[in-house]
Amino acid sequence: MWRLAAILALMLAPWMGQAEEVVLGLSSDKVAITADFNGSEILVFGAVKREAPIPDEPLDVIVAISGPSSPLMVRRKERRFGIWINTEAVQVDAAPSFYAVATTGPLQDVLAKIEDLRHKISIPQAIRLVGASPHVSDPQRFARAVIRIREKSGAYQILEGAVALDEQTLFRTSIALPSNLTEGDYVTRIFLTRSGKVVSDYETVINVHKVGLERWLFTLSREQPMLYGLMSLAIAIAAGWGASAAFQVLRRG
Amino acid sequence: MQIYLPIAEVSVNAFLLLGLGGMVGILSGMFGVGGGFLMTPLLFFIGIPPAVAVATEANQIVASSFSGVLAHLRRKTVDLRMGTVLLIGGLVGAAFGVVVFNHLKSAGQVDLLVKLCYVVFLGIIGAMMFLESLRAIRNTRRGTPPKRKKHGWVHGLPFKMRFRTSGLYISVIPPLIVGVCVGVLAAIMGVGGGFIMVPAMIYILGMPTKVVVGTSLFQIIFVTGFTTMLHATTNYTVDVALAVLLLIGGVIGAQIGTRIGVKMKAEQLRILLAIMVLVVCFKLALDLLITPTELFSIGAGGGH
Repeated sequence: MWRLAAILALMLAPWMGQAEEVVLGLSSDKVAITADFNGSEILVFGAVKREAPIPDEPLDVIVAISGPSSPLMVRRKERRFGIWINTEAVQVDAAPSFYAVATTGPLQDVLAKIEDLRHKISIPQAIRLVGASPHVSDPQRFARAVIRIREKSGAYQILEGAVALDEQTLFRTSIALPSNLTEGDYVTRIFLTRSGKVVSDYETVINVHKVGLERWLFTLSREQPMLYGLMSLAIAIAAGWGASAAFQVLRRG
Repeated sequence: MQIYLPIAEVSVNAFLLLGLGGMVGILSGMFGVGGGFLMTPLLFFIGIPPAVAVATEANQIVASSFSGVLAHLRRKTVDLRMGTVLLIGGLVGAAFGVVVFNHLKSAGQVDLLVKLCYVVFLGIIGAMMFLESLRAIRNTRRGTPPKRKKHGWVHGLPFKMRFRTSGLYISVIPPLIVGVCVGVLAAIMGVGGGFIMVPAMIYILGMPTKVVVGTSLFQIIFVTGFTTMLHATTNYTVDVALAVLLLIGGVIGAQIGTRIGVKMKAEQLRILLAIMVLVVCFKLALDLLITPTELFSIGAGGGH
């Protein structure tokens, strides 16, 4: 999907005449999940490089960060036999684990609907739902539910007016990554818009990965599950024996 | 201090987990139960994914029951023969339980099953224990001696076997069935099954109370150990970092709990435990009956 957007942008670039370009800085292009990881703040800042004088229409900036996408199974509860149980289920083909959109103003003002469809910027555009089961009426409910639940948990954020723009040239924003972050490449895109139209865009990647002990344990649990299980048991047995021994020493002493 | 759990992929407060482990450890030391039936719902509550909570809890119970069994072995209050029979049933049950668990996970009903199991078993056992201890308290006040045990239907079954430590000569069928049932529950609910095993051994098998706890713990080690391995190899849901935090707290709590337990009367302890079990049960039942604020839930996709 991103590749498609990038190709589209490249194709469009010549006749849009990229008069304005983004020069970007990131406070860090890597996020290491250590044992004491407790969320992280990413500072996105940059400048607009231009050869021609500033056009009359005001400039707006949109920053979108997207976590790795994965398919989801969304289930709906219904009351059966007096208790609430899962009944309908819809497979959402791809939904990012994290998605944040920061803008200089209300999203509907800074981005035209057609441009949103083309560049897939707003949160609903980030969720792909194609092969929905024909047995379920209105599968879009399930996509909306994903957005609702993840907005509530802070995994999806819409930060209107969170991008500060000075002299139509310098912009900056900070985006908080939550503590329950999943690993992967976080695609960061910056769009410059004028009266709803994207005039320039820029894409980079923030790499989020587990390091040290976290990395080692996770890899071990996936690649050597037998060994990992035995290790867990060994720790449990050792702790149980240790407690019993300490107990005896305490009672004697 | 926040700790990022590598398998659960959430960040939690380490002191909260140590405290939780400690609190459940105290209760487990006081009442002689594994404490899994309390810990697992508490883990759900602090945001650990249910599958990880269930698998990790099994691992933690290995630690607490191993510690307990060592103490009982020194006092020679473990019926190894009975334990082995229960264990054979338990392993069959655990394997079956993991199959059921995985099947229901793909059908999206695993949360429901776990909760229903909790409500039903906690409700029955809590109510039974509450009534029994209430009666015991009344009897001690009146000064009536407790009734003697009678020979039940259990003694009419074939395949009899002698269990010397328990002083029993009964059929192997009832212990096998009890073992299977507890094994299934251990796999599905992430509990050692002590709170079901102990009453079953006393009331159905007619074992003397002093060997019940040790024997129950003996077989729980193997059943939960087996469950841990199954979850680790099939679901990759055992979080060793979470288990370590919980068992440090649990081990310290158990020592304190045992000391408190010694100072209290048996009936008072049982009635307190019964009330606690009923409160947990009531809370879970409300969740099933009250209209949830969010009807939709998100699970991992790609299975179909």
